[in-house]
Amino acid sequence: MKAKPIDLEKKAEELRKVVFKTICLSGGGHIAGSLSIIEILEVLYNGILRISPKEPMASERDRFILSKGHAGVSLYAILADCGFFPKEELDRFGKAGSILGGHPDMHKVPGIEASTGSLGHGFCFGTGIALAGKLDKKDFRVFVLLGDGECQEGSIWETAMFAPQHKLDNLVAIIDYNKIQALDRLDKIVSLEPLAAKWTAFGWEVKEVDGHNVTQLQEVLGCVPFVKGKPSLIIAHTIKGKGISFMENVAIWHYRMPNHEELKIACKDLNLEDLQDEP
Amino acid sequence: MRNAYISTLYDLAKADKRILALVADNGAIVYDQFCRDFPEQFLNFGISEANMISVAAGLASCGKIPFAYTISNFITMRPFEQVRNDVCLQRMNVKLVGIGAGFIYSNLGPTHHSVEDIALMRSLPEMIIFSPADPLEARKATFAAAGHFGPVYIRLSAGGTPDIYTEDYDFRVGCAVTLRKGRDVSIVATGGIIYEVLKAVEKLEDLGVSVRLINMHTIKPIDKETILRAAFETKAILTVEEHTIYGGLGSAVSEVVLEEAKIPICFKRLGLKGVFPSGYGSYNEMKEINGLSKEDIIRESKTLIEDKKSLK
Repeated sequence: MKAKPIDLEKKAEELRKVVFKTICLSGGGHIAGSLSIIEILEVLYNGILRISPKEPMASERDRFILSKGHAGVSLYAILADCGFFPKEELDRFGKAGSILGGHPDMHKVPGIEASTGSLGHGFCFGTGIALAGKLDKKDFRVFVLLGDGECQEGSIWETAMFAPQHKLDNLVAIIDYNKIQALDRLDKIVSLEPLAAKWTAFGWEVKEVDGHNVTQLQEVLGCVPFVKGKPSLIIAHTIKGKGISFMENVAIWHYRMPNHEELKIACKDLNLEDLQDEP
Repeated sequence: MRNAYISTLYDLAKADKRILALVADNGAIVYDQFCRDFPEQFLNFGISEANMISVAAGLASCGKIPFAYTISNFITMRPFEQVRNDVCLQRMNVKLVGIGAGFIYSNLGPTHHSVEDIALMRSLPEMIIFSPADPLEARKATFAAAGHFGPVYIRLSAGGTPDIYTEDYDFRVGCAVTLRKGRDVSIVATGGIIYEVLKAVEKLEDLGVSVRLINMHTIKPIDKETILRAAFETKAILTVEEHTIYGGLGSAVSEVVLEEAKIPICFKRLGLKGVFPSGYGSYNEMKEINGLSKEDIIRESKTLIEDKKSLK
């Protein structure tokens, strides 16, 4: 059942806290790039994806692949929220014996469809699943979330050409277009623009949304494929580090961890009780 | 070998719809019959090997058995990370088939000479490596690959490889074939070069040298028992491979001997010694230029037998 936008916004707020807390208490992770995809995950996992934690390997299930695997904590948070594994596991993130590492492992974590981490792989892997679905005449869909920096990889464009050739309208790619990569803004390193025109030229049907607006996300994700016989691409305009004042749109937060003072501000921004800065 | 592989894949695909033939704009007319009869089981990716391997992994995650085929450098080296992360790390049932191993693409130059592929594939967990010596063995290796759940690399020479086997035999994964029994020196070789080795062995036998010839058709897992028996019984081992001596067959054999035989033996690896393949010409000329001719094999075998006399 489709969740009400107001509820999803509230849930996204909660999820943001969980993600921040999980990373800070473990001592390492990609905070900013995890925070930019929260609403996208909330919408996908609350009414779009046809999946069940009771039967995580059902052959007819929709698949979600986080190709930008370094944002794995956000995926863990939503999977735990949906009941794929106990929420307590999040407290052990990145620690010895945990199933949850900095990048998702399909053989360890229920609900993870592909082990991602090296950029440019998850998208092609997901395309293979979509192709298998077509060959077997199954009606599941494959949703792949890509980083914008990841789109600099050549393999992304190999699949971008391949999927329309095979009319994979069961494939939906979402680009987390926060416009910042590890070291700087994309347009200062290797620009993707004109992004929509490029994908359109490759044979994709493209829509653009505000990646933090749950109503827009629900609308656009609820009407895939946009065109029968064509793969769908959603360019989600997002803010890297969304929700934390000093982190938003600042490149150094790709991997950096906040110091004592910054931690206090972040907790205030997120309406979260103070965290101790030493795990 | 190429035709034997494709006709075997045809038979496999006919019996099992999960079998898929994947190519990267390579294979040309030899796939014609396959395409005609099983169009839904054939996919040409164009020149995009990274995509082909990752898509193959995705297909395998849904129960398909993809056989991804192109020139051996381009199936093992170019998409190496896709093979590592998407196929091996995720334990996907994907088969890689590399054509033109070693110097087969003789005058095309070093970009097309596949002389590091064994080393690369050997370094990957889960990966099984078959390196057949002739068309019959290529056929058997292809059946074995389909029957094994998990990543497999099949290293093939091109078309027109001469027959080694004159009769059918029981191909077993990880069990080397002793083609000649002998006691003076053991030669362990793999792949299409075995034809050259056989010519050398025949010459050595004419000269009164008793050679044990072992065809290591499975490089990983390697047949330790056969290697150790050769070490104990002949005390001299020469490995021959159309590949760099670093990380390939010779390395694999030396690891077994050094770690497990625990006896002094004479050992030599014949292959490329830290250089890229050089020269142009025919396949036979390439073997001569790069130190892998019949004469090179004879010379090294004799040297090992001489050296053996100084063993205590």
